[in-house]
This record gives sequence, structure tokens and C-alpha cells, in this order.
Amino acid sequence: MISGALIAAPHPVIPDFGGVSRCVENNGFFCTDWFTANWTSVFWPALVEHIRLTVMAVGIGFVLAFAAALLAHFRGWLERPVSGLTAFLYTIPPLALFELLVPGTGVSVLTVEIALVAYTLMVLFKNTLTGLREVPADVRRVGEGMGLTRRQILLRIELPLALPSILSGLRIATVTTISTVEIAAFIVDQGLGSPILQGLQSPFNTQFIAAGALAVALALVADGLIVALGRLLTPWARTRRAV
Amino acid sequence: MNTFLDSFTFMAGHPGLLLGKAWSHLVLSAAAFAVALIIAAPLGIWLGHRRRGAFIAISVSNVGRALPSLALIAIFLGLLGIGFVNVLVALTIMAVPPILTNAYLSVEQVDSDLVRAARGMGLTPRQVLFRIELPLALPVLFTGIRIAVVYVISSASLAAVAGGGGLGDIILNQVAYGLSGVIAAALWVAVLALVADTLLGLVRKLLTPRGVRHLRAEGGSPG
Repeated sequence: MISGALIAAPHPVIPDFGGVSRCVENNGFFCTDWFTANWTSVFWPALVEHIRLTVMAVGIGFVLAFAAALLAHFRGWLERPVSGLTAFLYTIPPLALFELLVPGTGVSVLTVEIALVAYTLMVLFKNTLTGLREVPADVRRVGEGMGLTRRQILLRIELPLALPSILSGLRIATVTTISTVEIAAFIVDQGLGSPILQGLQSPFNTQFIAAGALAVALALVADGLIVALGRLLTPWARTRRAV
Repeated sequence: MNTFLDSFTFMAGHPGLLLGKAWSHLVLSAAAFAVALIIAAPLGIWLGHRRRGAFIAISVSNVGRALPSLALIAIFLGLLGIGFVNVLVALTIMAVPPILTNAYLSVEQVDSDLVRAARGMGLTPRQVLFRIELPLALPVLFTGIRIAVVYVISSASLAAVAGGGGLGDIILNQVAYGLSGVIAAALWVAVLALVADTLLGLVRKLLTPRGVRHLRAEGGSPG
């Protein structure tokens, strides 16, 4: 049946890709034509997945870390255990943590997200808490003098003043997560890591170099966007040195 | 849970294999860290001593954080081909930013009144650097070193994709070693990173001058 169909086919089964450019033939360092030709099929979907995995991890991590930092702000004794735990999680190498979770949650996006969220916690928690703590006591007292409740002091004074520190934590967490999502491709076939890993299987350069460069570009753009967001949200801090 | 028990059986069954891979993992990490330290620490300390180049020192770490380890290894694979050198270069580049930034900050954050007082006592710039600034800078400098070491050990497990060896050889080769082998090697990498982190934390405490311990000993930027 099958061999009959093959013989009956008028053309060879190998699809015709058209002419290959000289760059692709010689396996140049980076072939622009190959990159643009594969943009919609390979790179764009991977980029979108990469962003989705990152946003999910940073979003969940932010909610958890923010809640923990608020709690620790009011209950000081919570700081040590929480920062100890998050620092411990942060120290475990990503590839190892991914693999260690596999027996529990399987080869799934859930596994990847648990690990990614775990990595964001330390920076987000530390920066949020530091931001809240570094609000000058005088400013807080002024709020009390004006008759603000504890809740109003938190919402109207402490949180806005902590915003630069919180955003700088968000910035570090986002960029680090973009970098870690690449490694997640060893577990789930998603994100820019997956064209890199597939590309590494063959000697053809452009695929893994392009995916790697895209990940770097994504991280730089995300970094810039959060800095811009910070400028918009904290116009009063513009004169201070942004670190 | 069984998989974890199996991984211990694997460890018991292949101690030579794991020790060998762990050794090459450590050699690779140590080499990359040493090169990065030689490049970044003097440069950062010098910039901090001159109180100049804040922009360079800080943006290096911002850009450095944005460089995904796997992407770097992939890009250098295109440039340098497969093997130890490629991975060494990629890991070194990853280790430079935290060391450079923290080296800069460590010297720069030294109380300028102290530096002025030292100058007033007639110390030469060299003496100011070695007797005042460096001792006071050590804790923050060491924070950077600690971040870099943990980062390198952790990223070295990706070296296997580029023929760099190390425990990644086992983690990334489930076909040959099975899930229990993968888990065993992953546990070893995690323990290596945690042990290195703890040891460097202890060294940092020992290196902190007694006077500084009374001040808030925390500081430095995370990576």
C-alpha cells in the first residue's frame, strides 16, 4: 500500500524548499534570510510562549512575595524564616530543581512554573520589605499626626514610597525569569529554549544563535519597559540615582 | 517518592561516575570563577577607589543579568565550537557582572569621612586603599563573589549541551542513566551549590573586620 503510493507519486516525497541561500549552504554564523523565513513558524510562537511563561511566573511570584512582605512588615519575626526559605530556593540550580520536581508533578508546565515562581520569591520579597522598611519614620509620624489610620498610612504613604524598591525587585525578577525559562525547555518543549536545544542537535548555527539573541533582546526590552513604568509611576523619584 | 529512593540506589551503585562528573563540574566552575575574579575584582575595586565609572559598574550588572546562560552557551558554540573553552568563556562572562558591581559598590560605599580622615593622617592613596577601603569593603565584595560562585556552579550544569562535561552530562542524558540517575545528579548539583553558598557565607563572616560587624553587615546588590 504505502510503497505503491510512494511510487505513484509524480514527485519525490521530499518537499521542495526552493533554493537555499549561500549563507545557509555554508552554514554562516547568522543567516538573515533563513531567520525571516522561519520567523512565523519557529521564532514567533516560541517568543510568545516565552513571554507567557515569564509573565505567569513573575505574576504569581509577585502576589506571593508581596503578601509575605506585607505580613513580615507587620509581624517582624516572619522576616527571618521567609528570607531564609526563599534564599534556599534561590540557591538550587534551575536545571536541578526542574528535574527534582519531575517525580512529583511530572513533565508539565506546572513543574516549570513551580520552579520559576520559587526563583522570583527572594528578590521580590527582599525588595518589597526593604522598600516598606526604609520609609522614614518622620514621614510615617506625619501621617499619624494627620489622623491617618494604619491602613491609610500603608496605602497612601508606605507603598508609594516603597514603589521604586519594589519595581527594582520586579525588574531583577523578570530578567532572571526570562533567563531561567530558557532552561525550562529541557522539561517542556516551550519558549525560546526549545529552538536552541533543537538547534544544538545539528551543526546549523542560525537557529540557536537567533533564539539566543532573541532571549537576550527580550530580557533587555523587558528591563527597559519596567524602568519606563517606574519613571511613570514615581515622577518624584526622577532626580534620584536609578540603580 | 520511589524515584528519590531509586536515585540513592543509583548513587550507591555509581559512586565513581558521580564523583568524576562532580570533579569536572567543580574544575570547570573554579576555572571560570578564577578568570572572572582576576578580571572583575581589580577593575571594580579600582573604579570604586577612584569613585568613578558608577555607570559602567552598575550597567554591567544590569546587562549581565539579562544574558541567559543557555543563550550565551549557544552563541559561543557558534563562535568557538564545542568544548571546554566555549563553556569556560560563557561561564566567565556570567560571573563577571556580580563580582564587578559588588567590588565597585564595596569600595565606593566606604564612608568618605573615613577616607578623608586617613588622608589627613598622611596615608598615601595606596595605603588608603589597602588599609582603609579594602578591609571595610570585604563583606560586600564577598557577597558578589558568593553570588558569582553559586551562579557558575548552577550554570555549569548546562555545560553538557556544549561538551563541557560536569554533572550536567548525567542530568541531560536520561536515556543513558534513567530518571533515577538524573535525579541523583540533580541532587548532587543542588548540594554542591548549597554547600558552596554556606561555606562562602562562613568565610564572609570570618573576613568581616570586628568593627564592621557592629554596623549593619548586610549590603551589596543581588547579582
